[in-house]
Amino acid sequence: MTEHRSHQDDQDVGTTGHSWDGIEELNNPLPRWWLYTLYVCIIWGIGYTIAYPAWPLISAATPGLLGFSTRQDVADEIARFETTNGQIAQRLAMADLADIPADPGLNSYATARGAAVFRTNCSQCHGAGAAGVQAAGYPNLLDDDWLWGGDLAAIHQTITHGIRSDADDDTRWSQMPVFGEILEPEQIDQVVMYVRTISGQSHDAGPAAAGAVIFAENCAACHGETGMGERALGAPNLTDAIWLYGGSVDRLRETVTYARAGMMPNWSPRLSETDIRAVATYVHQLGGGE
Amino acid sequence: MAAGFDIAVVSAEGMGRLDLNQSIIGQRRAWLDHRVKRLGAQRPQDAQSAICAKKVKEEKGTKVEAVKLVTLALITLMAAIAANFARDIAYQVHAAIVMLVAGGLFLYTLRQVDEPRAPAETGYADGVVRAGVIATSFWGVTGFLVGVIIALQLAFPALNFAWAEGYANFGRLRPLHTSAVIFAFGGNALISTSFYVVQRTSAVRLWGGNLSWFVFWGYQLFIVLAATGYLLGATQSKEYAEPEWYIDIWLTIVWVAYLLVFMGTILRRKEPHIYVANWFYLAFIVTVAMLHLVNNLAVPVSIFGSKSVQLFGGVQDAMTQWWYGHNAVGFFLTAGFLGMMYYFVPKQAERPVYSYKLSIIHFWALIFLYIWAGPHHLHYTALPDWASTLGMVFSIVLWMPSWGGMINGLMTLSGAWDKLRTDPILRMMAVSIGFYGMSTFEGPMMSIRAVNSLSHYTDWTIGHVHSGALGWNGMISFGALYFLTPRLWNRARLYSLSLVSWHFWLATIGIVLYAASMWVTGIMEGLMWREVDANGFLVNSFADTVGAKFPMYVVRAAGGLMYLAGALIMVFNLWKTVTSAPAKAADPVMVAAE
Repeated sequence: MTEHRSHQDDQDVGTTGHSWDGIEELNNPLPRWWLYTLYVCIIWGIGYTIAYPAWPLISAATPGLLGFSTRQDVADEIARFETTNGQIAQRLAMADLADIPADPGLNSYATARGAAVFRTNCSQCHGAGAAGVQAAGYPNLLDDDWLWGGDLAAIHQTITHGIRSDADDDTRWSQMPVFGEILEPEQIDQVVMYVRTISGQSHDAGPAAAGAVIFAENCAACHGETGMGERALGAPNLTDAIWLYGGSVDRLRETVTYARAGMMPNWSPRLSETDIRAVATYVHQLGGGE
Repeated sequence: MAAGFDIAVVSAEGMGRLDLNQSIIGQRRAWLDHRVKRLGAQRPQDAQSAICAKKVKEEKGTKVEAVKLVTLALITLMAAIAANFARDIAYQVHAAIVMLVAGGLFLYTLRQVDEPRAPAETGYADGVVRAGVIATSFWGVTGFLVGVIIALQLAFPALNFAWAEGYANFGRLRPLHTSAVIFAFGGNALISTSFYVVQRTSAVRLWGGNLSWFVFWGYQLFIVLAATGYLLGATQSKEYAEPEWYIDIWLTIVWVAYLLVFMGTILRRKEPHIYVANWFYLAFIVTVAMLHLVNNLAVPVSIFGSKSVQLFGGVQDAMTQWWYGHNAVGFFLTAGFLGMMYYFVPKQAERPVYSYKLSIIHFWALIFLYIWAGPHHLHYTALPDWASTLGMVFSIVLWMPSWGGMINGLMTLSGAWDKLRTDPILRMMAVSIGFYGMSTFEGPMMSIRAVNSLSHYTDWTIGHVHSGALGWNGMISFGALYFLTPRLWNRARLYSLSLVSWHFWLATIGIVLYAASMWVTGIMEGLMWREVDANGFLVNSFADTVGAKFPMYVVRAAGGLMYLAGALIMVFNLWKTVTSAPAKAADPVMVAAE
């Protein structure tokens, strides 16, 4: 059937008379639908370039009848949200930090804004869900274990000035000594065993007992006599199961020998005060806020 | 001995001209005497003149060989110096590769001096096409394999092994994949099929003697230099134009030789008209040369280093890059492969091309419009709105000219539709044209600013590219390879048609999995990126969108794996065709048409 019909077609239109390596070409006309669609596209194209900025002239391009501009579109959209949010953003900037959670409208605005700030600026280290990266030095912000304090004011302070940030004179600062230069390797092993004792992990009792003495002489000044840590110095609590750099014997030995000094940037010039207040509110309500 | 005397006169003249070494002359005479005796015994009348003509030709050949030897020696020496003074590892490795290649060729040429030459071949030059078929298969499998690896690296980042950091991480392998499939697989497919098609449709042998072999091997050297450069960190950081300045210069030389061979063959054609496939091939060769030259304008930081500085900067550089990038798609992956389609589809279907008029109109419309469409890659960037509008408008007007090729290809099958049931090669070509039509509709649609604001930077773009590359470029190339292999190796048929069917279904299902997963993940991430709450604040972080894509990434890798498996089956089938399919009864001879 098909074969028969097509031969009819061939006879109707004929070929161009050429043959290349046995290939011939039929003389079919342009398909009408194809041609008219092409014309429609061309006409539409001409119309579109009249309506929108299109043709380059000597010093500028034709602006188009509709006054379309992608840059203006973005500016308008930003302006629209700024108008909508203007009043409440103003309130957030002026409010007493401690009062924010108690004001439902302000609290929900600050949390939404803070979440966006967090996802853009903080998630790279602390994770999109703010759980940090365990044992890699990026603190979990969902729990109630705070190095430098977990109330709104402390969080605000940390975000504004950062931790060990060279660019900010008011940054939070402390430095654990490099005990590899102070203690003998054997003493370090002993104090590691003691730390494992107070954090409730498996340990050798003998070295741990010797380690208790070393701890009291070298570590207690910052981490406290019972190892509960000291927020004024950002010294972590060593008695819980939460480890910023890992609690295994190897990781602890590494920490004691070479010390740790995590760094967080000061966000105050990069983020506006309102953004910092928003992100502090967001972090505060994640679960561990005090 | 009369013959021997005449030869002595000729070689004495040659000696004066060329100042040849006495012992070489002595050897040559001994060999010639031997030939004279043999030929004289057979055909005493013709021996004298035949040998004289041969002799003159040989002296000329010796002169060419001397120039060749000196050139190769100089290149070897210069490459050795460059390797010594190299300022970076990529440049050093490249100089060493060039030194080995040139040195090897020098030794090879030297050993050939004074060897009896094979008589010049007549008929179609198919050796280089055979080599091209092998290279196309090899680079295809390589490119697909690297593609599967990087797809898995995206799904499972742990596969960016720490020990391979700086060589085999995603960032280094990604340009290796794109260049291997586009330039190595696609480029070899285009070069070898164009050599085959231009000879058949012009009814003459390739012009330029061994120049076509230079094009083939020169192009392979380009591929090796580019690929090793990516792994060692030499890149211009321009997508699809990553190779550094000296590799660009080398490609320019090879490409000019390619143009000469192709043009020379067309100019010598015995047919009154140039066949439509050759228009497309020629448009591809000429435009790619222009694109390559303009987009790679750069100043090397040092003659002994790979780093160079681009001539253009900022948005001008971006515009030049995407003018290049889009027309690499337009002229490499569209025009060139349309040339392939216009020969292999009518041959395989044994049907005339549907419409000569349509081929003229859509050819010129395509050539004119494609070159303006580049700015649609830069919507919503620093590019001025007017340029972005023009890029979009030209892309949409381009829709019908692109579809002209699809109509001509598919309608050529009319009257042969029943063959789709029985001929998996034709089925492959038909599906290829279908994917061509689909991606040339999808492209103009994605160039619309409003659509682009959702699709840009998402995996939708990746899906679009792959439905074109795997569906259109890949399938039509496989069809051409299946067509060519039995003919080039003089086999009666392919080893197995059912293996072609397996390849067809694996590849088709693989493409569907690939494209569908990328549409889903692309639209999903586009929507997630733009999602804002009532106050206008972003709802998702970037990492959230990455996490959400994981299942689709696994599906994509599975699709790629199927496509690779299909290609491996093809390689096996082609291999068995060459080694164990029955030979064809009669040798096809060159026939001048009409």
